[in-house]
Amino acid sequence: MKKKMIFSEFFRNNGIVMGSLLFGLVSFWLIFLVILPQISMLDFSFRYNLPPAEQGGPKDVYTLSNYEHLLYGSDSTHQTYNTVDLMVFVRTIIAAMFVTVFNILLCYPMAYFLGQSRGSGFVRLLVVLLIIPYWINEILRAFALKIIFGDSGLLNEVLMFLHLTPQPIDFIRADIALYAGLGYAYILLMLFPMYNVIESLDRNQIEAARDMGASWIRIHRRIVIPHAKPGIASGSTMVFMLSAGALAAPQILGGPSSLWFTQLVYQWFNDSLNWQQGAAYAIVLLISTISIVLVMMKIFRVNMGDIGK
Amino acid sequence: MTTGVAVDLENVWITFGDFVAVREANVHINGGDFFSFLGPSGCGKTTILRAVSGFLDPSQGNILIGGNNMAGIGPNKRPTALIFQNLALFPLMKIWENISFSMEVAGASAAERRKRADELLDMIALDGQGDKLPSELSGGQKQRVAIARALCANPDVLLLDEPLSALDLKLRQHMRTELREIQQRVGITFIYITHDQGEALTMSDNVAVMKAGIIDQIDTGHTIYDSPSTPFVASFVGENNVFRGKIKEIKGEQALVSTNRSGDLLARITPTQLGKMNVGDDAMMFIRPEALALGKADAASHTTITANVVNEEFEGNVFSVFLEGGGGKSIKMATPNLGQAKISTTGKDLSLHYDANNAVVMPTGELASE
Repeated sequence: MKKKMIFSEFFRNNGIVMGSLLFGLVSFWLIFLVILPQISMLDFSFRYNLPPAEQGGPKDVYTLSNYEHLLYGSDSTHQTYNTVDLMVFVRTIIAAMFVTVFNILLCYPMAYFLGQSRGSGFVRLLVVLLIIPYWINEILRAFALKIIFGDSGLLNEVLMFLHLTPQPIDFIRADIALYAGLGYAYILLMLFPMYNVIESLDRNQIEAARDMGASWIRIHRRIVIPHAKPGIASGSTMVFMLSAGALAAPQILGGPSSLWFTQLVYQWFNDSLNWQQGAAYAIVLLISTISIVLVMMKIFRVNMGDIGK
Repeated sequence: MTTGVAVDLENVWITFGDFVAVREANVHINGGDFFSFLGPSGCGKTTILRAVSGFLDPSQGNILIGGNNMAGIGPNKRPTALIFQNLALFPLMKIWENISFSMEVAGASAAERRKRADELLDMIALDGQGDKLPSELSGGQKQRVAIARALCANPDVLLLDEPLSALDLKLRQHMRTELREIQQRVGITFIYITHDQGEALTMSDNVAVMKAGIIDQIDTGHTIYDSPSTPFVASFVGENNVFRGKIKEIKGEQALVSTNRSGDLLARITPTQLGKMNVGDDAMMFIRPEALALGKADAASHTTITANVVNEEFEGNVFSVFLEGGGGKSIKMATPNLGQAKISTTGKDLSLHYDANNAVVMPTGELASE
C-alpha cells in the first residue's frame, strides 16, 4: 500500500512521460544489467562445459559437478579435498577481512579529524588531495606500488640507507605489497562514508560528554563510534566486497606463490575457457561474501537501511 | 538542599584575535541565585557561559567558583554542568543512560545508575520513561531530561544556554515556572543565558544586561525594568518611549528635561546617575507605554504630552495605541483591555499624562537597535 503511494506520487511529481522514462531506465538497469546477468551466471554454474555443437543437446543437463570440483578437485570418488583451491578461497576471505579491519583503523582517525575540524578550506583541500591519486588508473597505481615495494624500490632504498635492514626485504613475496595495495585501492570507500557520518555528529554532544567528565576514549566509545556505525558498516561492506573481488592488485602485487580467489575465477574463464567452472567459483565467492557481510551486520547490529544511507 | 556556591568574574576579558567578545566583566553571583545574562545575540553572553564552564579560557582576569580560581581547570573537572541550547542529549542512548552518563563516567554500577536515574525521572515527572530513546519524547520532556542529566552529577553550578528557545510559547512559559521551581528545590546556583527578557525577568534573582561585550547593569529584574541605568538597558528591556533633550532644571531626585519636540517634561533621575547630572547636559528620558494614560486636554503640566492618535492595535490583553506628538514624534501607549470597545476615537490634541516617578532620565547613550 505504502509502495503504491510512493509510485503514484513519483508519477504525479514528474509527469507521466518523464516518470515513465526514469522508471524505465531504472528497470532496464536492474533487469538487464543486474538481475539477468546474475541469473545467467547462476545458470552457467550448473552446466557442463560442452563443445558448442553439444550445447542444448541431450548431454546439456544441470549438474553440481562445478561446485564439487571446488570441494574435491578432479577426484571423482570424493575421497580427497581440493585443498589448493579451498586454501586460496579461505586465504582470500581472511585477507579481505584483514584489509577491511586495517582500513577501519586507518580511516577512523582521519575521518574524525576531517569531520570534526569544522569548515576551513584546509579540510576541503585535504579531501581533494586524498582524491587525486584516484584519478590515476587502478592498474597504474598497482604498478607504482610494485615499484615502491620492489627489491631496489624506494622503500627498500630508504630502509637500507637508514641501516634498518642489511639487504632488501622481499615485500612482494611476503604479500605486504599486496595488502598495502588492496588497502590503498579502496581506502576512500571507507573514508568518505565515515567522514560523512562523523561530520553530521553534533559537536555539542562531544562537549556535553566532556562537561560530564568523560575521557577521550569514552567519548569515542559511547558517542562518536555508535554515531559513526552506519558509515563504518557501509565502508566496511564496500571495502570487504571489493577486496575479496579484486583482480588487478593481486595480479600485479601478489607474490609468485600466492593466488587470490578471483585469479582462479579469471583462469577458469580466460585460460581454461571453462566458463561454467568459473561461474561456479564466482557464485561461491559472491554468496560467501554476502553471507559474511550479513552475519557481521547481525553481530554489530546494523540495519540494511543504515548502510544505504 | 545544598547551599549554592558563589561564582565570581573578576575583571574578565575574552578576546578572539582583534575582536573583544567580553570586556572587563566584573560579576558577583550569590550562591543559590538564579542569575541571568540578558542581551541580544552576539553580545558575548554565551562566551561568558563557555568561560565559566571551562570550554574556553578568559584572555585576562579570573573566574572563581566557590572562591576557587578555575584557571587551568578543564570543563570535566569543574563543579559545573552545562545545558546546551540544543540540549545535546545522546540520541543513541536510552533516557536513563543519558541521565546517568556522568555516573557511568565515574564508574558507578549499572544498578546504582539506574536507581539514581529513576529518582531523577521521578523528580521531573517522567517516571517510567527511562527505557525510551530521546527521539520518542516531546520537546518539553527532552528539556526536563537535559535538566535531570545535568543535575545527576550534583553540580554546584548549573549553566543554561538558552535552553527554552526551541520550545513553543505555551511550553516555554510553563518551563519558566518549572525551571524556577527546580532551582529552588535543589538550591544550587543557576546561570541562565537568554535574549528573552520575559525569561530573564520572571525567573531570575538577578539579571546582568549585556551589550556588545559590556555588562551595562546588574540588578534585580524589577530594578532593571523600573530604573535602567543606561539608554541601552532602557530600550532593550521592555518597550520604552525615548525623548531626547537637555536638562533644564534639577529638583532633588527629579529633573526637568527640555525635550526636542515634546516641550518640558519632568522625570526621575535614574539612581546610578543621581548627583552626576548637571543643568545643560544632553539627556534621554524614557516613559514606558503602560505609564501613559489619556486625559483631558491640559497642556500646561510638565507631565503631559500632547499627541494625535495615528493607529490602534488590539493585542488581547492590551490595546497598543500609536500616537504622533509635536514635530512628528511617535509615541506608543499601552492600556489594559478591560472590556472597552475602543480606547480612542481618532482625535486631535489628546493629552497623555504620566507620573514623573514612572519616567526616568539619564545621559544620552546608545539605544538597542530595533
